Amino acid sequence: METRGTRIALAVCTTLVVVFLWIPLVIIALYAFNESQIQSWPITNWTLHWFSVAWHDPQVRSALWLSIRVGLFATVVALVLGSMAAFGVHRFRFFGRESISLLFLLPIALPGIITGMALNSAFSFAGVHLTMWTIIIGHATFCVVVVYNNVVARLRRTSPSLLEASMDLGADGWQTFRFVTWPLLSTALVAGGLLAFALSFDEVIVTTFTAGGTTLPIYILNNLRQGQQLPIVNVIAFTVILLTVVPVWVSQRLASGGEGPAVSRAAAVTAQTE
Amino acid sequence: MAIDVQRQTGSLRGARLRISAAFWRRPWLKLLALIVPPVAAFVIVYAASLATMLASSFWSTDAFTAEIVHTWSLDQFRTIFNRDNAYLGIALRTVWMASAVTVTDAILAFPLAYFMARLAGPRLRSLLFVLILLPLWSSYLVRIYSWTTILSKTGPLNWVLNGLGLPDTHLAYTDWAMWIVFSYVWLPFMILPIYTAVERVPTSYLEASADLGARGARTFRSVVLPLVFPGIVAGSIFTFSLTLGDYITPLLVGGPGSILIGNVVFENSASNLAFAAAFAMVPVGVMAVYLTIARRLGAFEAL
Repeated sequence: METRGTRIALAVCTTLVVVFLWIPLVIIALYAFNESQIQSWPITNWTLHWFSVAWHDPQVRSALWLSIRVGLFATVVALVLGSMAAFGVHRFRFFGRESISLLFLLPIALPGIITGMALNSAFSFAGVHLTMWTIIIGHATFCVVVVYNNVVARLRRTSPSLLEASMDLGADGWQTFRFVTWPLLSTALVAGGLLAFALSFDEVIVTTFTAGGTTLPIYILNNLRQGQQLPIVNVIAFTVILLTVVPVWVSQRLASGGEGPAVSRAAAVTAQTE
Repeated sequence: MAIDVQRQTGSLRGARLRISAAFWRRPWLKLLALIVPPVAAFVIVYAASLATMLASSFWSTDAFTAEIVHTWSLDQFRTIFNRDNAYLGIALRTVWMASAVTVTDAILAFPLAYFMARLAGPRLRSLLFVLILLPLWSSYLVRIYSWTTILSKTGPLNWVLNGLGLPDTHLAYTDWAMWIVFSYVWLPFMILPIYTAVERVPTSYLEASADLGARGARTFRSVVLPLVFPGIVAGSIFTFSLTLGDYITPLLVGGPGSILIGNVVFENSASNLAFAAAFAMVPVGVMAVYLTIARRLGAFEAL
């Protein structure tokens, strides 16, 4: 159908857009190894010095530690709530079933300031002080949907006859869960959990409205605004890219089927309306 | 001792069987046990928060204590819609920026999505998926920050331009920089729905169009575009909504006057919560209108 000229033009456009998507990531990765305090291009001297400076900086350490704790707690909450809801929605037909998916989707589909501002007004109204736990609550609300989507997608691909066979062979509910459902689901849960962690680890906007403390992205933001410690920020930026990209890469593998959209945030919606 | 253990595990198994049988006989009980906790948590935390924000927007803030005063009024909205204030202009500029970003992303995403869906082989296609998804998931803050270095006076962009014999650009800290960065960070959100839409166009339609004598441009205009359009609208929901609610990009790459809705909300959230809540209702309202239109255009089926 497409003429040769069209094909070539499309291939060129595709290459250009992919390059456009990757250049900023490559640039920031290179700057992490820049010896100079001043950010200018081209980089003349290379060093690993700033990695050790960043690693020994107490502020960076405490921010990293807070981010990790928040990410882990938010992931656990998301795993529990997301998979419960996925089971319920998958197994049963009931009134309001469709709106449940929509409800979980809202925090990620609406702009971050709306979720952030809403939580901020609620905490203020209820007289709740902003602590690590308020960050976790904020993060968990938008992490639930990724776990939920991964588990629902996996359950859809699982044949119900496997569970019936298990029951026929005399297994009780717990054994069926332990020996049939769990092995089928575990990779979907790991994939969902990794994505939830990546999402939480990187979040800024909701965090600024709910933060009792400095997470790593907030640390980056504060230093960027004041133009301070940019070499350290470069190193952290590089590390954060690795720390978010690796889980996504792994979960992409785990979600299997190979068809990429399983992990895309945009496709979080795609899964809903099928 | 051994018997004791056995009896114990026996009774444990008995209990487990009874519980499992009870759930089996009363599936609604299982449904309640599974659905109520997550939904209740969501309603209590999220839906209630949205409701509080809506309520707060009709309250006011004590100017001295910054405490919220629970008296109902439309004062906050009067402030927003008062023509003497800058707020209406800021809201309009935000909507304008969101529209510009959406159109740019649609133009950038279409060829790539089309290539992926129709021309790339399976291996190249999954490679492209990874190449698009990894930037989407890697830190959003870092990707914005990277552009501040790229666009800076002594950054890579000017270095390339000078190398080509061209003069410096002064894009850093302008609305143009905001436009570039927004288009950049939300681009993958546009690519994926368009890809899905293109993939669903049956090849036979294109063949039929060619058989009926249409050239490439005509087939594109009369067959491909109408079929893919709902996908573009679906992608635009993300690019539009995310731009509408962002304040980090204006903060980091925008100039002194580059204030969007998000900045006003954030700046006021500590000192004047009622006003911040009211101004946050502006993107909610805009999105409600946008989603209604998108639904008419069939975007929800295309998602």
